Amino acid sequence: MSNPVISGAAQVLAHAPGLARHGSKPRRELPRDGEVESSFLGSLRTFDQAVAYPPHQAYIGAIHPRAMPERPWFATTDPEASRFAPSGELMPEDELLGLLAAVDHFDLLVLAEDVAEQAAAALAGHPLAKHLDLDRIERAVGDVEKVSAEPGALGLHLGAHRLGAAMRRGDEADEALSAYVLLDNLATKATATLSLLHLLVNLDVDPASIDYVIGCGEEAVGDRYQRGGGNMAKAVAEVAGLSEASGMDVKNFCAAPIPALVVGAALVASGTFQRVAVVAGGSLAKLGMKFQGHLRHEMPVLEDVLGGSAALIEADDGASPRIRLDVVGRHRVSAGGSSPQIMEALAVEPLQRAGIPMTEVDDYATELHDPEITEPQGSGNVPERNYRTIAALAARSGAITKEELSDFAATRGMPGFAPTQGHLASALCYLPHALDRLRGGEAERVMMIAKGSLFLGRMSQMSDGMSVLLEKNPEGA
Amino acid sequence: MDLQSQESILRLSEQHGKDDLIVLIGAPDAEAAEITAETVVLGDPAYAGALAGVQLGLDVFHVLEDEVKTAIPDDVWEAQIGVMEDILDTDAVSSAVAGMRGKSQDTP
Repeated sequence: MSNPVISGAAQVLAHAPGLARHGSKPRRELPRDGEVESSFLGSLRTFDQAVAYPPHQAYIGAIHPRAMPERPWFATTDPEASRFAPSGELMPEDELLGLLAAVDHFDLLVLAEDVAEQAAAALAGHPLAKHLDLDRIERAVGDVEKVSAEPGALGLHLGAHRLGAAMRRGDEADEALSAYVLLDNLATKATATLSLLHLLVNLDVDPASIDYVIGCGEEAVGDRYQRGGGNMAKAVAEVAGLSEASGMDVKNFCAAPIPALVVGAALVASGTFQRVAVVAGGSLAKLGMKFQGHLRHEMPVLEDVLGGSAALIEADDGASPRIRLDVVGRHRVSAGGSSPQIMEALAVEPLQRAGIPMTEVDDYATELHDPEITEPQGSGNVPERNYRTIAALAARSGAITKEELSDFAATRGMPGFAPTQGHLASALCYLPHALDRLRGGEAERVMMIAKGSLFLGRMSQMSDGMSVLLEKNPEGA
Repeated sequence: MDLQSQESILRLSEQHGKDDLIVLIGAPDAEAAEITAETVVLGDPAYAGALAGVQLGLDVFHVLEDEVKTAIPDDVWEAQIGVMEDILDTDAVSSAVAGMRGKSQDTP
């Protein structure tokens, strides 16, 4: 047995204002009301606005979430803000369309000639250009007006009004292969690939040295006979050039990333594999999910970015933070379903078992949804609620006094900064920050906590969740 | 209130009658508690669900209200609700729901 470590993490966003209308909610609501549609299209953000948005800068690793300015964030202008950051980038929409074409191995996406030229030129100058199959962009050129009028096809826009691409369906009768489902899956593949490539280049790791990839996104890849067949992981491994890797997906709604990290670490600890990558792409279906609240409050449509995330797990290198497989929390069937009972199982019980006081964990990363996105639609401040619950449990366990409750939540918690693509928000988005702080000696321990709403799938009334402790490498400086 | 819950409450009120039904709310803030209470008293304010335009006038309480707390054994309350009582603003959610309770009786 060796101690598994997380040697790196990368995080990307892709600005997709034109694709936002294909999110599940706008897709249902916009066709019903022309006024709502024009209000939606008139409230999309520019790329510069998306880059300057403080939660995005926190997501790509440029600033720590606790260093974000006071709200409101959506009005922020910052000419100094950069699309590239230590952990990844925020990609503009024209490049995203090019990237979608570059990873589309079934030639279902068609690009307008000018869009393809623009995307190919921009991506040729991208730091990851040599890892992308840019020839596919040129081969994707076609008559987008004609294709988008084909039965079952979907016209795709750049920004509000420019028709720039079209997605064909994969089969004329199979709903699991409709243009909409395939676009959702392709968007996941593209953003997961982008984050994995950033990770490999940042760490200077040979892609052929990775044995296995675990996907933990929210997509369902399959056909009518097995709608969630899966293995986005291997599709990503292939386009990212991981020639010696195989892969699989771990499914658990928004909670999937933590089980994926734990399974990956277990594969390394057992010696089965030397290097395992965990990847997740963004969810097109979640774009514009809470747009009605934003429009009601005269805010821009804030769910206009696709996220992506990648992490590398390997055997102890004597420097990278350890992933403690002996401090894993799981939400047992019998644990009870109230919020405190779930948090007790995830944040309190595993630490108690390991004899680690709750006050010796520097950061708790939990569901880190951006509250500026959720509050206008009545969903409240999700991370704040979680931190108050964790703090109240700490007080009940005697680790802190009731007077220390607010301070515990403020210093060991953080404001939410992730898009509402729940798996990315579920602790995973904090990984680059956690690794930085554990490496730099600013933190000794970070608890990663994820929860998932199983009841949404109508097979169980239960929720689920998992947690795992990350710890500074004791052999590190 | 989500559409499924509205349908369930409408169905239960038809099955059991309004007088034998109490709605218990667990919403974490006053705004959400008030909207939920309004839905089962005056009807769905968003006009989207089964209770749109349906004035059920049901008896409604927030689970943190004293009337509910005294009706529940202490050990059960402690195990199920105790932590939330530490966290949530009991006065705000209680008065939001209490203010809505019985409102349908005000109108002829």
